[in-house]
Amino acid sequence: MTDSRPIDIVVLAKQVPDTHNITGDVMTRDGTMNRGALSAIFNPEDLNALEMALQVKDRHGGTVTVITMGPPKAANILRESLWRGADRVILLTDRRFAGADTLATSFALQKAIEKIGRYDLVLAGRQAIDGDTAQVGPQTAEKLGIPQITYAESILEIADGRITAQRALDSGSEIVRCTMPCLLTVVGSANTPRPPSVRRQIARKLAATAGELAALRTQWPEFETQGALEAYLAAHDLEIPVWTADDIGVASESIGLAGSPTQVHRINFVVLESTESKTVQPTPEAIAAMVAELVHEYIVG
Amino acid sequence: MTERQSIWVFIEQVDGRVADVSLELIGRARELADPLGYEVVGLLCGHEVEEAARDVIRHGADRVLLADDAELASYRTLPYARVAITEARRRQPEIFLVGGTPNGRDFAPRVASALRCGLTADCTDLQIGDYESRREGKTFRNLLFQIRPAFGGNLVATIVNPNSRPQMATVREGVMRMPASDASRTGVVEAVVPEFELGDFALEILSRQVRHSTVKLKDAPVIVAGGAGISDAEEFALLRDLANLLGGEVGASRAAVDAGWIGREHQVGQTGTTVRPRLYIAAGISGAIQHRAGMDQSSKIIAINTDPTAPMLQIAHYRIVGDVGEVLPMIIKALRERSMDHREETE
Repeated sequence: MTDSRPIDIVVLAKQVPDTHNITGDVMTRDGTMNRGALSAIFNPEDLNALEMALQVKDRHGGTVTVITMGPPKAANILRESLWRGADRVILLTDRRFAGADTLATSFALQKAIEKIGRYDLVLAGRQAIDGDTAQVGPQTAEKLGIPQITYAESILEIADGRITAQRALDSGSEIVRCTMPCLLTVVGSANTPRPPSVRRQIARKLAATAGELAALRTQWPEFETQGALEAYLAAHDLEIPVWTADDIGVASESIGLAGSPTQVHRINFVVLESTESKTVQPTPEAIAAMVAELVHEYIVG
Repeated sequence: MTERQSIWVFIEQVDGRVADVSLELIGRARELADPLGYEVVGLLCGHEVEEAARDVIRHGADRVLLADDAELASYRTLPYARVAITEARRRQPEIFLVGGTPNGRDFAPRVASALRCGLTADCTDLQIGDYESRREGKTFRNLLFQIRPAFGGNLVATIVNPNSRPQMATVREGVMRMPASDASRTGVVEAVVPEFELGDFALEILSRQVRHSTVKLKDAPVIVAGGAGISDAEEFALLRDLANLLGGEVGASRAAVDAGWIGREHQVGQTGTTVRPRLYIAAGISGAIQHRAGMDQSSKIIAINTDPTAPMLQIAHYRIVGDVGEVLPMIIKALRERSMDHREETE
């Protein structure tokens, strides 16, 4: 007998620079980086986590809440989440969050999730493409005091307060059953995220944070005052809540740079180096000479 | 309990067989520990895995902390993390290294979060050095330099954890050299008793499927790899011929895998396998940073490319500007002629 109880889910998402599509404009000739040339995108595996959450909602009912921690412009991925089917979104933003490593990030996420209150599942992408650490999910689970299922590829069943899921590992796979609440990190092979729905996009086109109101009003001059726009957004449930460090009750020394035990000692740009390299002409004689050299050096043969 | 400072390595095992990356880390830990006079300690959880503990000592550990319990037979986050957290609090290691496998990357952040210590993911190099903190106005001696690619592999960052212990890092498989096994090495196997708590058994494993890959890229002495510059299946077959002739394996860039020339298990690079063969032949591979990160430690690199500006040509020891379909047969022919000459000489 399957559980008919609705399942409430929190999805952790991150806006990231699109490091997988680095073009010539980004890396300059002297090896420095032009960050402005990178577009900001919804972290790919976080989209897989959102899709997994929406599929659970389609099947069991319940709610999907998306949280992101980042600069004010990270509200873009929250709007996108609403258009894809999220019920509620929250932006965690505060200058004091800046410079956080994974430990400090997980403190802020723990406090935000606890402020949301009741939840059955927390879903996050396995890792973000700007850091590739895969650490924030497990560190958040530990602070919440709940178990974790990392590298989740599919949810097989949710019943009797327990979840059965498949983990995709390099060396094979594993089917595990775990009590809820628990946290899952989701791999890219889990699903194909649904596109934003046109209907939802039209209905929630104006969703905005308080900080975005002024800019929004210049696009929509039909709202004669900012107050009129605010009243419209409030009446149509289009306000994106913004939480600061004070709102979630987290101490300054636990977050941001101050709460990060890791420090960057140095950054080196990747420089191509060739050690004693030789140009070999594509002729049978030159190739034979190269092979002879490799044999002589015991590299081959 | 010892007064000596220590470097710990989490020993991953499946059915009593120790993961290569754990032994690679024991080897690196040994190199880092000796100049400092530190002890190298393996932390091994499992059930009836005494022989695995001996194997860890043969590869360079001074001591193995062995938690043997039926509940620890297979890897599960909470019971394994419980043992590590309890013992690390008690014994205060300086450094704690974990292999960058899926389970290693599941385990390390859980433990680091509980210990409130810094953790660096997926390092490709580890060194010991001094760190001058301008923020705190002091110099920290003998810190672990945790070196890893960042920002999609376009940068290399050196990370330190000056104020928290242990200094934790996960390390990519295959980047550290596997130390030789030495049967004469002695060390201490010390039993530790797990102190499980209610809730550590929230998760149960219902089934496990182990996939044994037949591709041995990581250990291949020679890799002949193809990329986007391969124009058809016939050219790709030349790679196999050459690899067979050299006793090596066929590798591929992401472009060749995406084009369907070969399976993903052959992919070399940041999202594939990291390799360091004696010889790496890059045929028609331009050399995107993600690919180079997985092979640039090869002893010798031959690059064949029609584009003289391809990055791969810039890191190669032998640069051949030419067509793969013409150059590969020349190499094959030269090798065959040599082996024939050799046979005549010995007869």
